[in-house]
This record gives sequence, structure tokens and C-alpha cells, in this order.
Amino acid sequence: MAKAAKKIKVIEQVRYSCALAALHSVLAIDRAVPILHAGPGCGQRLSTALSTTNGYQGTGYAGGHAMPCTNSTEAEVIFGGEKKLKELITHSLEVMDADLYVVLTGCTADIVGDDSTEVARGFQKQGKPVVCAQTGGFSGNNFVGHELILGAIIDQYLQPSEEIEPGLVNVFSIVPYYDAFWTGNLEEIRKLLEAIGLKANIIFGPGGGVNALNKIPKAQFNLLLSPWIGLTNVQQLEEKFKTPYLHYPVLPIGPTETSKFLRAIGKYAGLPSEQVEASIAELEKPYDYYIERSADYLLQARVGLPSRFITISDSFYALGISKFLVNDLGLLPGTQFIIDNIPAKYQADLEKEFKDLSPTISAPVVFTNDSGTIREKLRETKFRGKPLILGSAWDQMIAKELNGYQLSVSFPVADRFILNSTYIGYNGALRLAEDIFSVLVSSNY
Amino acid sequence: MSINLTTPEAQIRENRLSSITGYKGSIKDLATQAGGCSLKSGERGFTQTTACSLGCAQGQLVLIKDAAVVGHSAIGCGSDTIQSNINNRRGQFSRELEYTNINYINTNMTEEATVFGGAAKLREGIREAYRRFNPKVIFVTTSCVSGIIGENISGILEGLAEEIPVPLVPVHCEGFRSKLWASGFDAAFHAILTYIVKPAEKKNPNLINIINFSGIGRKEVVRLLGRLGLVPQFLVQFTTVDQLSKISEAAATLSFCGTLGSYLASGLEEHFGVPYIKSLQPHGIAGINSWLRELGKVLGREEEVEKLIEEETAAIASELEELREKLNGKRVVIGMGPSFSQNYTRLLQELALEVVWAASWHFDQRHDYGEIPATILDLAKNEKDIPACVSELQVHEINNLLRQLKPDLFVCRHPGMAIWSAKLGIPTIFINDEYQSFGYQGLINFGNRVADTLANPTFVQYLASKIKLPYTNWWLEQDAFTFLGEAPPKKKERITKAVV
Ligand code: SF4
Repeated sequence: MAKAAKKIKVIEQVRYSCALAALHSVLAIDRAVPILHAGPGCGQRLSTALSTTNGYQGTGYAGGHAMPCTNSTEAEVIFGGEKKLKELITHSLEVMDADLYVVLTGCTADIVGDDSTEVARGFQKQGKPVVCAQTGGFSGNNFVGHELILGAIIDQYLQPSEEIEPGLVNVFSIVPYYDAFWTGNLEEIRKLLEAIGLKANIIFGPGGGVNALNKIPKAQFNLLLSPWIGLTNVQQLEEKFKTPYLHYPVLPIGPTETSKFLRAIGKYAGLPSEQVEASIAELEKPYDYYIERSADYLLQARVGLPSRFITISDSFYALGISKFLVNDLGLLPGTQFIIDNIPAKYQADLEKEFKDLSPTISAPVVFTNDSGTIREKLRETKFRGKPLILGSAWDQMIAKELNGYQLSVSFPVADRFILNSTYIGYNGALRLAEDIFSVLVSSNY
Repeated sequence: MSINLTTPEAQIRENRLSSITGYKGSIKDLATQAGGCSLKSGERGFTQTTACSLGCAQGQLVLIKDAAVVGHSAIGCGSDTIQSNINNRRGQFSRELEYTNINYINTNMTEEATVFGGAAKLREGIREAYRRFNPKVIFVTTSCVSGIIGENISGILEGLAEEIPVPLVPVHCEGFRSKLWASGFDAAFHAILTYIVKPAEKKNPNLINIINFSGIGRKEVVRLLGRLGLVPQFLVQFTTVDQLSKISEAAATLSFCGTLGSYLASGLEEHFGVPYIKSLQPHGIAGINSWLRELGKVLGREEEVEKLIEEETAAIASELEELREKLNGKRVVIGMGPSFSQNYTRLLQELALEVVWAASWHFDQRHDYGEIPATILDLAKNEKDIPACVSELQVHEINNLLRQLKPDLFVCRHPGMAIWSAKLGIPTIFINDEYQSFGYQGLINFGNRVADTLANPTFVQYLASKIKLPYTNWWLEQDAFTFLGEAPPKKKERITKAVV
């Protein structure tokens, strides 16, 4: 199904960033402060990209120029920067008010070969809440970086717990900041889990923080809600604390997938099925109300409806959105472009999901991180009617060229201002429908 | 001081202009010490993330209309091109141009490239850039990774010269090389001066180069210079390569920002005979007067200029008086790049505001034509001295400074700064557009913006009442410059790490 596009190794238009960009996963932990051992430009550039130009999320408690950074220059490159890092951490502990300090390395420190983890360990030995993740930008993208940071926290900070709290679930899912809707999305996951009677332990965003981190070892199980990002973390937790995990790869958007997801998780958690079914029935009601209301429009506006929808997004969003649009709204998919450099070993599973979007509908998948490749594929495609492009702000241009509709849902969401919107669950599906069809009704088809 | 166009790269500002990033003192002291050898940069024991050359270089080059940029780096270093694309759109909107995305390709250097080199990827990036964008020139920006592994950029580009029929231009802007991100402007302009600009075939006596950023507010410049029969051309963003190749035809170069323009304007003067107008920058009345008068002197149009100045000044006189009454004595702190900081210090005083502190993110002791910046000398002539610091985007310093000074207003420039004063409940003006206060009418517009900002501070007050700064109480009680030490004596350290 997936066509191997000519293997292009360079990247036109940035749709993800480097491992160090996952410093945002630290910023997403309430009262955690990143300490960068990196070049002088990394911090600014990455916060511009992942917070400013992606939904205008802002610097938060200690982001942007507040982040301590060695700003490594020639001296650190030639002589090594461990001494400077040590000095910076010492002063960061005095100056920055935080519960957790996460040292992250950039390209310079890692190429030069500083043993930053060892420097951090020195502080751990003194009982300071300092951990270190080696996130040199060349070592991978921000998804890998996100795993590295969580991995460092699990490995260097978390302590085993005596008791297990029944019903407590750690949620590993959305990548903070990279997903411009991360706060709303995580909150919606919390609501869904709580609706069926579980206690969601969510690390990122308001209400999480070090308290949530400290609760991780107490959980009944870990939920990995994501095709691949975070898998190493739940495996690591299984090894360290014997906590079992459920890997659920589909982002639940809309009633079909969300109800399926809740049943799966209810079963895994050992909840009585009547309890879960009763909750689902309640949760579906408002969705059904609004969808009945929108049906007039969806039926009568056929002529302006998109002929095919294209997603240009990370594997998680692409799959969730496609399932919703196919199974709940009756739209038809065109090619789905998966841009997150998903490791080869997970690609087959994902392709299978797209092959079986519904019993009768499948979608072709192209794995690429290069917009030039995407553009060429789309130019080759013959569309009857207007396509709907669900991608990033970059894609306004190709949508225009194809005379299609466009909505930015994926990094960089540079043309929208996002606060607490969510696309997850029943509510999120309504929101996504609002956003998509607002694009339609505001254009003159 | 001279611009050397025979070397592959521009010297960094530390070495070329003796620029500094750490200092506390006053305007008069800065002006007195500048240019000599006595002013040394202080080092800090605690630093927050700053910015780098690559961002400044790339930000200029990707907005040249028919050029392409290949960023030879790991993918993260390409991240701020997203912001460049927003700038691109704003510029296209204001010029009523069709909207396009920028022409940028990143070579995505990964682990493998750090071990075996990234030549193959760079070649692919250049070939793809040529195939996809059909550009007139391809700039290759370097990065920390390509710099540390010692990639032979020039060699790779030379190897492709036969195959790719447009100039392949290296831009040396590795982030770790300089603490002054403005060195990145110089790197970009060095590339333009060495590879793009051609000697003038014939001079155009009415054409004036204006070095600016995105040029959103350029209409007023067109109007003012138009009154002198002059035609401005705005550099370098949104120009074409062909236009750039002919900027040597201009009768003079003006700059909106001494920090930005120093290298390109001096290079044009020294190597292409285009005089650089070494005036104050055109913010506020004294600034615009100086800008126009110096231009008039060079072009021999003093009389027209005097007439223009007289009319334009008269046109705003009553409004300016009203504003001065309204704003009289309000206390302001400034935090911007050096040229903007110095020019706004003067401008805010024209509005009868009291500048109680002038912070700049760095300080150039000289400009490329060898003199101390005119703006600082001008400020130093004032009877009253103003406390000043050089603060390299160190928001921990700025936060403590503002807490201590409690000004009525903070006026700043550089993305990511405004929030930190606002969190203290201090009304804040962020200067995004370089034309914000251009010339006569601009001063009035800006004055009104100040009045409006002071008129309703509820937003920042609410922020301050709810939001905690990320600092410990210990730090908040310290002097703002606790971590700013004296410049350390140059130590000979043992090489402990081999560079790959
Ligand atoms: S790629 Fe490397 S140098 Fe560039 S921003 Fe990321 S960590 Fe910094």
C-alpha cells in the first residue's frame, strides 16, 4: 500500500523539530525547569517554533528566554563544557524556583562529548531534583526527544512505591506543545477515563507536575495512547516498577473510535461492562444531538463537500482524524501523508490500520518528512472536486493550487490561535467538525 | 576598520567591532569607553538562552524572493523558518504580492552525518533546491553541527559548480562562533557582497538603498524621500537577486538600524563607492532630521531637505505638544538591540518621557566604518546621564531591574521579551515593526500608542496579580547584576576534549 517515494533525505518545510525541541515536554510539567547545555540559538529557535508559531502557545512559566542555558560558544566546543554546565546547574538551583530541573543537551555538547549525565548525577547524589537527557538535535526528532526526557525522569528521578492504587492510570499520549491542542486533548482524555470510573494520572499541563510524576509508580497500569511515541517509556516502567501497560494506537476521535477505546480500556482495567456501557451511552448523547442538527447541512451542502480528504500529519493525528471522517461523517480518504519519521518497525501496523479504516474503505499511505515529495504526489493526483487538506500552515499553498479546502491541525499550526480546544473524544469530534465545516461555509464554493 | 571581501567569511563582531554582551554603567561611560580598549565584556556565572547568528542570517536570506536557502544542519536549526514564513506572508500581504512559501531545504544532519560528514546530503539539498525552486542563487547556511565536524562547505560547493548553473554561496553563521547573534547579519551580507553585488555599470542619482527588516511600514519612507525626488529601494528582504546585484547603482545607503546595516552599508561604500549615511537612525524628530540632513549633504540637496524638515515638523507641532503634556515625566525602561535602544532613548525623551534605564542586548563599540556609533555619542552630549546596561537577553537581570526601578512603562524589542515585564504588571510596548515610529508622523503614532498603553493597564495588572515569576525569592532579592562579573583574564586552559 505505502509507495516508497524516491528516498529523499533532505527536508523541505519543517514539520517536526530536533530532539532538543522536546524541552517543551519539560515546560509542560508544572514547575519543572529545563536547563539547556546547548548553543546560544537553540532555545530561542525551538521555542519560537514549538510555542510561538504553533498555535501561539507562549512561553509559560519558565520557557523562552527564561530557560537557563550554557549558550556554548567556541570555548566549550574546544575545551569541553562540563565545568560550565556544572556552574550553570549550581546557579539554576539558586535562581530558578522549581520542583524538578531537567538538563537537556544540544548538538554542540553531544558532539564534543561532554558527559552531561554524569554532571547531573553529581547533583542527584546531593539529593537535588536534577535529571539529564541527552537530546543533541542530530540524534533524532522531537518525538524521540520526548521519549528521552521521560526516560531520564523515569530512570533518574522516580522512586518505587509500596502500594498500588486501584483504578489509577498513567496516561502517556499526546506530545506537549508539538500538538497545538495538547492541553485540551489531555484534559479530554482525563474526562473520558474518569467518566468510566478510572483515575487518570496526567503528567503534563495544569494539574499535573511533580505530584503526578510521583504517583506514576502507584498506578494500576499505564496507558499508551499513541502508535509508537512513548512505547519505550511504558516498557521501561514495566521493567522498573512491574506496571503493566495497554498499548492503544488509535487516537479516539468521534463516537465509533471513542466508544471502542473506552470499552477496550474498561476491559483491560477490569471494570464491569455495564458501568462502561452506561457511561458511553451518556457520553454519546450530546454528540448525537449536535450531529442530528448538522445533518441538514451535511446532506444539502453535498455539492460543496470535499471530494477526498488528505491528512499531512503525524501518524497519531492522521489515523484518528481519518477514522472519524470515514466512520462517523461518511467522507472518503485520499492519500494520507505520515510525516513523523515513524520507525520502520511500526509502519506495517499503521498501514494495516489505514488499510482497514472501515470494512470497505482503505487509504493509501505515504511516509515522508519532506514537503516537496508531498507536493509532487498531490500534483500527480487527479481530484474530482475539491480536496480537503488537513495539515499544517505550510499547506495553505498546495491547497490553493489544488483549489481545495485547508485546515491546519498539525505542526506548525501557525495560522490559528489555540487555547483549550480539543479534537479528542466526542466533544473533540464536534470541535473538529465545526472547524472543518467553518472552512467550507466561509469559502465561496 | 575595513570590510574584507577576499575572505570566505565575515569576522565575528567580538573581533571586528569589539562588541560586548555584559556591562553595567551609564550612557556617558559607554560612550567614553567605546572604541578604545578599556571596555571589556563582563561574563556571567548564570545565563539564560540567547539567540544565534544562524537565525539572523537565515531570517534575512530566506526572504530574498527568488533565492533558495539550504540549511546544512540538524533539523532543529531549521525550525525558525516557520517564523520566517509568517514574516514572508506579512511582507507579501503588505506589498499585495501573491502568497508563496519560502524556498528552504534543510539537510537534516543526523548521527551518521556527524560521524561520516554530510557532504552527500548537502549535495542532495542543493540539487533539490535547484530542481524545486528554480532559484537565481542558492545560499548554504552553516550550523553548529557542520562547523564542529569541520565540513568542507566551499569544496562541496565548488564541486557542484559545473552542474548547478547558479551561484552557490556559503554563509558562515555557526551559532557557537559568536556571542553576538548580529554577527549573522554580517555573515548574510558578506555573502551578498561577495557573490551577488556587481559593480555599477551606471549610477542612478535618485536611487537610495534603505537597509531594513521586513519593511512593513515603508510607505511613509516612499512619501518623504519622494518629496526630495528620491526613490528608496528596501533591502534585503523581498528583493530579487537581480535587484540585489545592482544595489551598487544607488546614490547612497541609509539604514534603519545601525546594528543591522553596519556591514552591508560599509561594504557598499568601501568596495562599490555607494556612500553610507552615517547619521542617527530615523526614529523621532532628531533622528529623521539627522537622517535627511546627512543624506542632503551627500547628495547636495541641503536646501530641499531643510524645507522638507520645516514643513513636516510644523505639521505635527501641535499634536506633539499635546502628547508631551500627556506623557510628561512618565518613567520608562528600554530593552532592545543597541541601535534601537540608543535611538529610542532619544525618541522617548522627545515625547517628554523620562528614560530611567537603557538596556541593550549587546553593544558595538564601533561600526564598520571605524567610528563609534553616532547615536551613543549624541546621547552622551546630553547633560543628564542615563544608567545603562548590556544584557544579552538575560531576563533574570531585566526582571530584577524592573522590580527595583518600577517604571511606568517598559519598551522593548526582541521576540520573547515583552512577557517578562508584563508579568510584573508593568505596561509594556513591544516594537515589532521597525517603522513603528518612523519620522514625523511615526513619532505621533508612537506617542499615541504609549498613551493608549498607559490608559488601560488592566491586562498586565491581572497577569501580575495571578502569575508567579519562575525565580526563587532569594534571586528576586539580589541585585540585578549579581552574576555579571568582570571580564575574566584570558586563561590558557588545557585542551580536555578533542574536537571531532
Ligand atoms: S539541531 Fe542541534 S543545534 Fe540545532 S536547534 Fe537542535 S540541538 Fe540546537
